[in-house]
Amino acid sequence: MTSLLPIDILLIAACAWLAVGLLGLVAPRNTRFISKTLFPLGAAIGMVAGFVALDSLGGPAQTAVLVIGLPDLPFHLRLDNLSAVFVLLLGFVSVGISIFAAGYFRKGEGTAPGLLCLEYHVFLASMLMVLLADDAYAFMVAWETMALSSFFLVTTDHRHEEIRRAGFLYLLIAHVGAIAILLSFGVMTGGAGDYSFAGMRAQELSPFWASVAFLLALAGFGAKAGLVPLHVWLPEAHPAAPSPVSAMMSGVMLKTAIYGLLRVSFDLLHTTIWWWGVVALTVGLITALFGVLYSTVQNDMKRLLAYSSIENIGLIAVGIGLTLIFHAYRMEGLAALAMTAVLYHCLAHSAFKSLLFLCTGSVLHATKERSLGKLGGLIHRMPWVAWLALAGVIASAGLPPLSGFVSEWLLLQSFLFSPGLPHPWLNMVVPVAAALVVLVAALAGFAMVKFYAIIFLGQMREPGLKDAHDAGTWEKVGLAWLALITLLLGILPSTVISRIDAATRQLLGAGLGDKLHEQGWWMLAPISPERASYEPMIFLVTIAATLLLGRWLVRHLYHGRVRRTAAWDCGYYFQGPRAQDTAEGFSQPIRRIFEPMFRMERHFPTARDAQPYYSVKVEDHFWHWLYLPVANAVGRVSTLIVALQGGRIAVYLMYSFITLLVLLLVARP
Amino acid sequence: MISISGLLGQAFAILLALVLAPLLSGWVGQCRAWFQSRTAPPLLLPYYMLQKLFRKDVVLAHGASSLFRVAPFVIFGCMVLACAIIPSLSTDLPLAPAADALALVGVFGLARVFISLAAMDVGTSFGSLGGRREMLIGFLAEPALLMVIFTLAMTAQSTSVATIVETLAHRELVIYPSLAFAGIAFTFVSFAENARVPVDNPATHLELTMIHEAMILEYSGRHLALIEWAASLKLYAYSCLGLALFFPWGIAPGDNFLALVAAIPLLLLKLAIGGFLLAGIETVNAKMRIFRAPEFLGTAFMLAVLGLLVRLLLESKV
Amino acid sequence: MNSAIPFSAQLINLFAAVILLLAFAMLAQRRVLALINLFALQGLTLCLATLVAAVTTGQSHLYYSAGLTLTLKVLVLPWILHRLVRKLNVKGEVEALINIPTTMLAGIVLVMIAFNVALPISELSHTITRGTLGIALAVVMLAFLMMITRQKAITQVVGFLSMENGLFLAATSATYGMPMVVELGIALDVLVGVIILGVFFFQIRDQFDSLDIHHMERLKDN
Repeated sequence: MTSLLPIDILLIAACAWLAVGLLGLVAPRNTRFISKTLFPLGAAIGMVAGFVALDSLGGPAQTAVLVIGLPDLPFHLRLDNLSAVFVLLLGFVSVGISIFAAGYFRKGEGTAPGLLCLEYHVFLASMLMVLLADDAYAFMVAWETMALSSFFLVTTDHRHEEIRRAGFLYLLIAHVGAIAILLSFGVMTGGAGDYSFAGMRAQELSPFWASVAFLLALAGFGAKAGLVPLHVWLPEAHPAAPSPVSAMMSGVMLKTAIYGLLRVSFDLLHTTIWWWGVVALTVGLITALFGVLYSTVQNDMKRLLAYSSIENIGLIAVGIGLTLIFHAYRMEGLAALAMTAVLYHCLAHSAFKSLLFLCTGSVLHATKERSLGKLGGLIHRMPWVAWLALAGVIASAGLPPLSGFVSEWLLLQSFLFSPGLPHPWLNMVVPVAAALVVLVAALAGFAMVKFYAIIFLGQMREPGLKDAHDAGTWEKVGLAWLALITLLLGILPSTVISRIDAATRQLLGAGLGDKLHEQGWWMLAPISPERASYEPMIFLVTIAATLLLGRWLVRHLYHGRVRRTAAWDCGYYFQGPRAQDTAEGFSQPIRRIFEPMFRMERHFPTARDAQPYYSVKVEDHFWHWLYLPVANAVGRVSTLIVALQGGRIAVYLMYSFITLLVLLLVARP
Repeated sequence: MISISGLLGQAFAILLALVLAPLLSGWVGQCRAWFQSRTAPPLLLPYYMLQKLFRKDVVLAHGASSLFRVAPFVIFGCMVLACAIIPSLSTDLPLAPAADALALVGVFGLARVFISLAAMDVGTSFGSLGGRREMLIGFLAEPALLMVIFTLAMTAQSTSVATIVETLAHRELVIYPSLAFAGIAFTFVSFAENARVPVDNPATHLELTMIHEAMILEYSGRHLALIEWAASLKLYAYSCLGLALFFPWGIAPGDNFLALVAAIPLLLLKLAIGGFLLAGIETVNAKMRIFRAPEFLGTAFMLAVLGLLVRLLLESKV
Repeated sequence: MNSAIPFSAQLINLFAAVILLLAFAMLAQRRVLALINLFALQGLTLCLATLVAAVTTGQSHLYYSAGLTLTLKVLVLPWILHRLVRKLNVKGEVEALINIPTTMLAGIVLVMIAFNVALPISELSHTITRGTLGIALAVVMLAFLMMITRQKAITQVVGFLSMENGLFLAATSATYGMPMVVELGIALDVLVGVIILGVFFFQIRDQFDSLDIHHMERLKDN
């Protein structure tokens, strides 16, 4: 008997996910069976997929042909290093989310648990198939399945109107993106009609057509990833979906779009033109800055995280842009550095953002409240969730020693080399872009402090919060798993990079791997230790040692006495929960400094108001600049078409007949 | 390779930082008093304060959580790490590879996030006000600081602080105009980061104008002592960083014992002059409104970018 | 790599950088008197740069132009401007049309453009100071920006003079100064220009009771 190849195991995993999903239909109302048996089973499959992908990294690419689909058009599948990195991400992150979901989904309104289980596992399987697809046909089928299953997951609570609207918006933009991707594939076949990826690699496209393909791919995958201006679905869909689904979409699904972009721009297209990088860099910077600014002013905790996802996708796009620029100038070592930053940020973001979304799920369960203005002080009631969320917050703020900092550090290191670019404008403009990246990271810190401090710290803003309870065991395990990944990605960067280096090497022909282990596993020095180095382990140990030693010394030399009393606050007597900063108040400096970036509707109280109140509503400029004009134009066109609608069947038949006649007359050979 | 003398030097550098940092704060306070024609407080006042605070009981607010009690230790740990990797006496520091200049910005960022979170923990009006303002200053200062680091890193072809200092200290006499820009920008950023006068007033008694003081209103006893100590360590770290980057002469290159011994009085002298100037600048400036701070730090950012551009134009090989 | 540049050139580079810094400081300055002082300082730095160039190259006419800069731009013109401000009783604050941070950002973009535009030109030049050509161009552009974004007529004059500083620096760095005749001519022009503008200021103020150039927008229709 031949041993199973990794790709076979992954196929089995995909089928197993489907099977688990179908099992959910057997007893669609049996919540206990579904949540305590099927979801953990899904998590176990995810674990297997993750380890298989980890094991196959660095090995040769494997292919398989699946004889389903249309006659004479089988599915081609391929597992290479690039897919393996993303399968790894999908597998390990889905473990945490599935375990959490085991504790999360309960009886309630909306979709029956069994159906939900099916949708969830079809979603997982389709993402796996997207990563394994090796022809445009299989890719698009998996891609659309992914879009549809996630649409149904988003609209779980379909009884609410705004949730249905969010779902339709998501579906609409997903399809606009899918069309762009399909066209991009069409361009890349070069008219040869061979839709397999191998066929596309063999094509030699002219620079013009290659650019067209790249731009279409950027638009198509950008729509899925949430690049500005196609980001509008993201802040609507994420709050609408149940938290494990938001976590899965933000953590994993957005990364499949990044995967697609990497696949097209570095694997399927051979030529790279420097301005592609500039386009990606610019779009990425705008997206990152936009995302982070809007995330700081949100008052809904899940919207805040959704905008933060937009920001992170923007940073990833910045990294891709930098890689493209270096790659176009054949500076492969530096391109590898930037590419490593991109892949690392994908991994880091999927872990910490899923963690944070799941934490909002626990908070939502405990308090039934999504609005930041009605939360507060939950660290007293939910210490587990609060402390695990802190890991996600620090990683998301891009601070050492957790995972977000590693990718930021790598990205900034590659920016440092941009003055060496042999192009007079780029070498001056690109280094300044690094400052914007730091501004984004620092603003992300602001947003994260807001997120954490308003939810978990301070006094409880509503009396009902006193009854909040900590997350259940399943939820805690799921959160702890993701926090563990965040921590490991943070303190073991060399180990991780030496594994994912195979993907960089596959795409660029160069990697960082050789130099990494010369200095020991604890040190990250991608070029040389004299040039730059970072040792998160030492970092963590030093801070922890100072902490423990300091505590011990203070208690030993002095005492550990503590008294409790009312807060001081400079002696002000009114210290109720309403004296604290609200969510709106916390972001006031941002609204003031970046005022032109927002579209605000504010109501200020006046001295004569009997019931004075302040309210602010921040809207997206893009709605008014781009989407509403388009929607109005569509509306106008359809009112014109209404004139054609007579309502009588004879008239419609006549239209068809006239069309046929005209075609017969005009379209003669 | 890590040597015994290197380890000893490292331990000595940390100890020196712990000892000298309160002294530096005391010295600045004394100079300020002279400039303002007041009777100067004793030079050793910060030590007495620390001793007193450590002895006192901790009085916690009812709403204070575990995070509130951990934060002072984390902040203190961050500052100790920062002092450990900044070359004050010698560039031979075994801990230096742990964090380069970019990670150093991260260390300060981590401390900032913790102090802001702790400020918002009890849930008082001034605490959250301080936390928000601190984060505001932070996101304005960090890009400027990074551009300064970029300029220096390009000169030294490295982001490791020790390597930068070695390159700058042991070069032939070359004038780098870009360093002048970077130096001014760095000074601006240090004023903002250390809660000094144009941005914040360390001696204020008006709650509404506070930033740093507003954040630590609820702290007492050993927690307050640690935070005060960490604040003076931060001032010391920034001073040493500035001195090492822009006036690197006298820092011992390696495990040369004599050079190390000679470096101590030089460091003291440089810190004394620096503290004197700091007090002078604080005296002649007025604290600005909080929304002038973006302009102040924007100027710092612009200077740093100019430094970078000038470096690219004048100092790279044409 | 820097050791290839002689010390005097480094010094000139430093002065050029300071001139650029002062140009930015003028862009950010809100007070009229401080603005004039900054202009004087810029002139002084320019004079020093010219002096260093003169000592290095031994070209005697550079000494003259340094002296000319000193008398005209450090002493005479600032004095005239100070007098004007006092006589006209101009209010301290400079009103900007665009807020200062935005102006600064625009300034940074202009510097990038200037540096990139000057790069190919400076490669044609063979002087030791050719690197500063980009800075000179940037100073000219920043002065232009200042004239565009400020409202008071007096700041526009300072902007005009600062632009002349930039041109002078460009001439020094690219070709070690213009011929003496040209230089004298320009100096005289500037002097006469400022005096005439001074007379104008009085006229404007008498007419509109203000030095705000907003009022001049209506001149067209009359």
